[in-house]
Amino acid sequence: MSDGYPQAPSVGLPGRVSIQAPGNPHDEQSSAHPHHPKLQHHFDDMGQQAEASTLGMWVFLVTEIMFFGGLFLAYLVYRTQNPMAFQEASAHLSWKLGAFNTAVLIFSSLTMALAVRSAQTSESRGTQVFWLVTTMILGATFLGVKVIEYSEKFAHNNVPGPNFVWDGQYPAGAEIFYSLYFCMTGLHALHMVIGLGIMTVIAIMAWRRQFNTEYFTPVEITGLYWHFVDIVWIFLFPLLYLIGRHYGGH
Amino acid sequence: MDTLNYINNGHGLASWLLTKDHKRIALLYLVSITFFFFLGGLFAFMIRLELLTPAGDVLTAENYNKMFTMHGVVMVFFFLIPSIPAVLGNFLIPIMIGAKDLAFPRINLISWYIYVLGGIFTLVAALSGGVDTGWTFYTPYSTAAANSHVITAALGVFITGFSSILTGLNFIVTIHRMRAPGLTWFRLPLFVWAHYATSLVMILGTPVIAITVLLVAAERVLHMGIFDPALGGDPVLFQHLFWFYSHPAVYIMILPAMGVISEIVQAFARKNVFGYSFIAFSSLAIAIIGFLVWGHHIFVAGQSVYAGMLFSIISYIVAVPSAIKVFNWTATIYRGSISLDSPMLYAFGFIGLFTIGGLTGLFLAAMGLDIHVHDTYFVVAHFHYIMVGGAIMGYLGGLHYWWPKISGKLYSEPAAKLAAGLVFIGFNLTFFPQFLVGYLGMPRRYHMYPPEFQVFNVMSTLGATILSVGYLLPMFYFVHSIFRGKPSPADPWGAKGLEWEVPSPPPTENFAVTPIVTHGTHQYAPSKEVGVV
Repeated sequence: MSDGYPQAPSVGLPGRVSIQAPGNPHDEQSSAHPHHPKLQHHFDDMGQQAEASTLGMWVFLVTEIMFFGGLFLAYLVYRTQNPMAFQEASAHLSWKLGAFNTAVLIFSSLTMALAVRSAQTSESRGTQVFWLVTTMILGATFLGVKVIEYSEKFAHNNVPGPNFVWDGQYPAGAEIFYSLYFCMTGLHALHMVIGLGIMTVIAIMAWRRQFNTEYFTPVEITGLYWHFVDIVWIFLFPLLYLIGRHYGGH
Repeated sequence: MDTLNYINNGHGLASWLLTKDHKRIALLYLVSITFFFFLGGLFAFMIRLELLTPAGDVLTAENYNKMFTMHGVVMVFFFLIPSIPAVLGNFLIPIMIGAKDLAFPRINLISWYIYVLGGIFTLVAALSGGVDTGWTFYTPYSTAAANSHVITAALGVFITGFSSILTGLNFIVTIHRMRAPGLTWFRLPLFVWAHYATSLVMILGTPVIAITVLLVAAERVLHMGIFDPALGGDPVLFQHLFWFYSHPAVYIMILPAMGVISEIVQAFARKNVFGYSFIAFSSLAIAIIGFLVWGHHIFVAGQSVYAGMLFSIISYIVAVPSAIKVFNWTATIYRGSISLDSPMLYAFGFIGLFTIGGLTGLFLAAMGLDIHVHDTYFVVAHFHYIMVGGAIMGYLGGLHYWWPKISGKLYSEPAAKLAAGLVFIGFNLTFFPQFLVGYLGMPRRYHMYPPEFQVFNVMSTLGATILSVGYLLPMFYFVHSIFRGKPSPADPWGAKGLEWEVPSPPPTENFAVTPIVTHGTHQYAPSKEVGVV
């Protein structure tokens, strides 16, 4: 232990002092940034703080996987029970809009990664904000397309509930498909909206020159979150839009 | 003037409600879960009162349904799940690992507010007419049939789930990243291991109940057909999703209690735990295998017999790590210098009652026998032996063990011994007859029963009365100790561990300087290499 704990009480027996600290790599750097303004009092140094935050986000994303997982399980069960109905219902979704949105989201993941990179390498606030705002515009584009798709479904009464109308062969199965469609894409869109809110805060912080090589964890974990939301869509797109392609959709 | 500690460091309501100190947040949790404990107890009292006589004379059938539903919802989601982690874990984990606080103090405070918000929803549901679906919210009771306040109560459960998720997340990150220099994984107290395993269950299971409850709400409000067969849905899917969380949730309740017992047994037998790494890994094994047994709740709900066989076998397997713990505690006590202080009495109670609860769990895991006792009082008795005989015994034992550290005061030991005795006698008198009456065929969740079952129910109600006195007593002597108790030294029990090296009550920062740990934190037998593998 270099200089962090000069008179630390040794909890133990004399003569058996064998200090090892796996999982505490931050100890080595404790003298490097002793008084960074962003260091919270209960952390030893910036490295430990950054590691705690990123691990916290990863753990949170695990809970998100389980959260979406319940819906994916329901999808699996009902698609197995109603294979034809799911294909028929899926064929009524526009795969072109879905594919466009997929491209938009993948591109937004690139711009998000560039935003993290620009903070990490202490680029100018203009560059940092540019990439963040570009990501937000792409996210908003995605949501805009989603609004078009949803309103088309509302216009055709394809929204599950007492007023559900279906002119195909399998109205019951199609209603379940659309229940899942709205739950899954709705929950995904909610995550997008939350992501846009977080990015607004992050962009303001970036404009105030808060991020640089020594402190960029907030941008990094926002990026982790955004990539996760992106990956969920990568699964939603084929499962919802593409399974009806050979059913004679449009 | 006292020395500065976390209690007198800041005064006024705001200093408590806006605190980021894990110790103060633990006390906020302590007050709120105690409230819910006695609220849940009140519902239980109404149930026992009704069942005193075979006729349905105190409550209508509908109100009786609401009573056992609210009893279950309040006790499971608002007392048992947060009890040990949010109070004792919150208070002790940072101190046990030599840290100043949890990794995310603000999230810790937010988790308490989320818990309170969820509690308010549930209280509103209770006061505005109650819920009668059973705490399991089974569809279609909860979607098509019930006219009660299902959505309000379900939202309460949904919201409180996030409090549990955030607590688990905080613990995992804290245990990974905040350990003092030299405190390696295999030097950690077993209490910390148990909470690590619990946190895994919290973060992996709770989101699933969250989405399930959300789907029930979507079905009720938007008439989407997810679980309702009339709309093409499948009610058994709900049972799968529900038990995927709710069976592991039992381990959220019992694992921390096992961690408490591991600490108490060492302290009062003056011996290092027997088989440290076996106990540590058995916690993880329970957390992992516990996710693969949910189907044993659905043996009679149309699950395929082959799935049932698999779930039955895995349910047997999950008993092995639990048994390892019981044997290891026994081996720890063997030839120790035992002192029968009140925490140790609770630990003895735990070991005995948990063993009975666990073994009767094996009866239920056997498919043939389960068909006979399914939905009878045998099941009720079994899970109360685990949840009350196990989890609450562990919680009370832990509270007695660490109360001098938490409050800085010593409580009346004779009163505590009396309470421990009353709890043990009252508990067994309440629930042991339920094994018998359940085996004889009395179904659960009815407000009337045939007269030949009355003798068992009278015993149960009498036991419950004794039990409630045993639960009320600690309220008095703990509160009394705050005002009149003698100040506690740093280590009133002669126990080992980092939490006993800081003053009682600890200062806000826990440690003036970060400790450097050079061996396992429990050193009751210095001549042997212990606590380290």
